[in-house]
Amino acid sequence: MITLGHMLTLSAVLFALSVAGIFINRRNVLLLLMCIELLLLSANFNFIAFSRFLGQIDGQVFVFFILTVAAAESAIGLAILVVLFRERRSINVEDLNTLRG
Amino acid sequence: MLVPVLFYGFATILVAAGVGVITARNPVHAALSLVLCFITSAVLWLLIEAEFLAIVLVLVYVGAVMVLFLFVVMMLDIKLEELRGGFTRYAWLGWIVTGIVIAEIVGVIVQRRLGLDVTRGAAPVAAGSSNAAELGTALFTRYAYAIEIAALLLLVAIIAAISLTLRRRRGLKLQNVAAQVAVRAEDRLRIVKMKTEPRP
Repeated sequence: MITLGHMLTLSAVLFALSVAGIFINRRNVLLLLMCIELLLLSANFNFIAFSRFLGQIDGQVFVFFILTVAAAESAIGLAILVVLFRERRSINVEDLNTLRG
Repeated sequence: MLVPVLFYGFATILVAAGVGVITARNPVHAALSLVLCFITSAVLWLLIEAEFLAIVLVLVYVGAVMVLFLFVVMMLDIKLEELRGGFTRYAWLGWIVTGIVIAEIVGVIVQRRLGLDVTRGAAPVAAGSSNAAELGTALFTRYAYAIEIAALLLLVAIIAAISLTLRRRRGLKLQNVAAQVAVRAEDRLRIVKMKTEPRP
């Protein structure tokens, strides 16, 4: 039988993997975006697990909205990435130093 | 017996694909690993009987978002050698943060148990009930306002993505549609009054 603990552990592993990925792939904006998608997926895992194991539908409604926001985010993120590549010919995070941050 | 075997099998594939996403240097490999992640997640969601969202995950993520990612990966001429490099200066910080995150999550789950019984199974589903129908009922009654905001958000995202990537090239010869539509007959045709001339 799958228990709540199983799902939460799996989601925690995914979350930790994606946080590690954000630090590992600090050069490549594309991989950063993919790591953010993975992070949102692990959050969705938690929502669905709690929704199913508490017997309430509201968690799944939230997952629905998270999917919407994530789709919008990746569309705009990729659009910004394309514009960036046109300007700079590079998607290396270290080249993005216009604001001297 | 079958369900735990499926769970552990697909969970292993999911974690392996997640490791593939974060370690792949080639963005195409990372994107394909992420597709595998989404498909195995959909199977796991099916296992705990969240059918509608599992299908939505495959349709929306694998069908649309990841195809968009692959389009962008293949459209951009990325020089992989520059991005390949070793770990950055702050990699050690990353591992420390990751360790802290894992410790905190495990601590919360194991120590506090979230005030819940984490060892119990999923809530039983009534015989005739449908996941999609339940979700739809909640979405279009209690969350009707929120779903309209979500629709508006998608519209804004469409407009933003198009207006960001729309390229206005210099020196392009285009027709001015507004001027063409607004043209009147007297702009194009001139009627000249003249005397009739005798036949020679």
